[in-house]
Amino acid sequence: MGRIQLKSVTKSFGDVQVIPPLDLTIEDGEFTVFVGPSGCGKSTLLRLIAGLEDITSGSIDIDGSDATDVPPAKRGLAMVFQSYALYPHMTVRKNIAFPLRMAKLDQAEIDKRVEGAASVLNLTDYLDRRPGQLSGGQRQRVAIGRAIVREPAAFLFDEPLSNLDAALRVGMRLEISELHERLATTMIYVTHDQVEAMTMADKIVVLQAGVIEQVGSPLELYRTPRNLFVAGFIGSPKMNFIEGEEAAKHGAKTIGIRPEHIAVSETEGEWSGVVSVSEHLGSDTFFHVHDTGLAETITVRADGEVGFRHGDRIHLTPRADVIHRFDAQGLRIE
Amino acid sequence: MATQHSRSVARLMMAPAVVLLLGWMLVPLTMTLYFSFKKYLPLRGGDLGWVGIDNYVRFVSSSSFWPAVQATLVIVGGVLIITVILGILLAMLLDQPMWGQGIVRILVIAPFFVMPTVSALVWKNMFMDPVNGLLAHLWGFFGAEPISWLSEASMTSIIIIVSWQWLPFATLILLTAIQSLDSEQLEAAEMDGAPVLKRFYHIILPHLSRAITIVILIQTIFLLSIFAEIFVTTGGAFGTRTLTYLIFQRVLESQNVGLGSAGGVYAIILANIVAIFLMRIVGKNLDA
Repeated sequence: MGRIQLKSVTKSFGDVQVIPPLDLTIEDGEFTVFVGPSGCGKSTLLRLIAGLEDITSGSIDIDGSDATDVPPAKRGLAMVFQSYALYPHMTVRKNIAFPLRMAKLDQAEIDKRVEGAASVLNLTDYLDRRPGQLSGGQRQRVAIGRAIVREPAAFLFDEPLSNLDAALRVGMRLEISELHERLATTMIYVTHDQVEAMTMADKIVVLQAGVIEQVGSPLELYRTPRNLFVAGFIGSPKMNFIEGEEAAKHGAKTIGIRPEHIAVSETEGEWSGVVSVSEHLGSDTFFHVHDTGLAETITVRADGEVGFRHGDRIHLTPRADVIHRFDAQGLRIE
Repeated sequence: MATQHSRSVARLMMAPAVVLLLGWMLVPLTMTLYFSFKKYLPLRGGDLGWVGIDNYVRFVSSSSFWPAVQATLVIVGGVLIITVILGILLAMLLDQPMWGQGIVRILVIAPFFVMPTVSALVWKNMFMDPVNGLLAHLWGFFGAEPISWLSEASMTSIIIIVSWQWLPFATLILLTAIQSLDSEQLEAAEMDGAPVLKRFYHIILPHLSRAITIVILIQTIFLLSIFAEIFVTTGGAFGTRTLTYLIFQRVLESQNVGLGSAGGVYAIILANIVAIFLMRIVGKNLDA
């Protein structure tokens, strides 16, 4: 149904190569997330798959047939844009029906599918409104509705939640995940937010400067990041990286310890330092600790009830079994 | 309260401008109305007293009245159709990324800076002259009989000249409107399976509707009163006598100020009728 295969795909804008040769396979029904910092080429990659940009070399297969030169409309993919790209002069009903009208379906079928999509997305009451009269979340749902009525082989999402406020974002995240469970269609989702990536993905593709740094399930990336970039990008707060003498003790150029893998104690521990900032979230507390004798400030995650304040001296003990070691090239040492 | 004070001060300070504008408008209007009820022939006895609605009756019953109204509407309509259609096409062309975009855009606006008298003369002598005109040479090149544009196709010629002048205005307004179109909307329509023409019809055209409305409204106001283009080309002959031109002839050529003033009042009424129609047809686009 929706297996997408990229074979040594490259993309250049003028002399600048934004995507060096890249191979990637997205299995049918998989929820794949492209994640990376802004400007890493993840949106470009999505647009290449959509056909909105032409690839410079290589090929794209969709469902086993070569789609490299197939125009976007014929690829059987539907896309949800960051700005939603709703047609402002059309009602919600007409917006959702637009791809069906372009496909010249008969009116009864169009009505049936639009009603179906509207009821799935809780839009039935808004069908006769225009996009300008809807809230951000509702517009987002209309954009998704316009995508699902086409019954595409795969959905492409280009940072669809970045224009929503935090609370709505969590809600829409769940809705999209539920939609994926229900439709079981391939979805490719682009985001710069690693939390979205971790919570939604079956498979995460971490990109940097157009290069795939690692592909894997969320927990694989969390447990065994292949290099320093992935280690620093996945997980929140960010992994602590320690260089120098302490790293040499473990036989590595750099070691990485996640904040949640460091035990905090008032009395004893491997390192001792002073709390500079403590962030109390209720469920957790984050301490930023300096003066530990290490060059870096260490971030530690502790239970929400741990009540150290600015200026307190505390003791830290990293869990030895989850220390990540990296060599001089930044690659993981097993 | 301070706001109340500042409001009355503001009113006081605005007053001179308002009074000036009001006078500017009211004095000519009142004088036109005043003269329209008089028999006033400056070179043939001057003010010959009140004549009631005699001038109004004479102006309408003149054999040149209805043809003048028709000519006015044909010119306005023709120019509007040409400038809007070509304006949309040109705007889409100029929106494409190309080398020397800035210079091309300035050049496109250039005709708007040429005075109407000058541009009409340039067209008359350089393009439409049946002997030396560029178009005559072009016709001759293909072996066709050159057209003497201003007498044989007088209406078409004037519409061409005026359209050339107003095309930059339409293009400019429509270009800025096209540039404000979110490119993601076009991409979404492309993904939704809309081919180029359907994208134009379903996405670009609705997006431009407001700009088109503005172009039509503003141009109509100015086109109803075009004068120089007719004065220097046909001089109102060959069926190109518009209402404005007819009034000019009544006042200056026939030296009948009263009759001309009555015509002026009719022109005001015509302009208002056209404006009401336009507002009805296209004005609702401005609400949304």
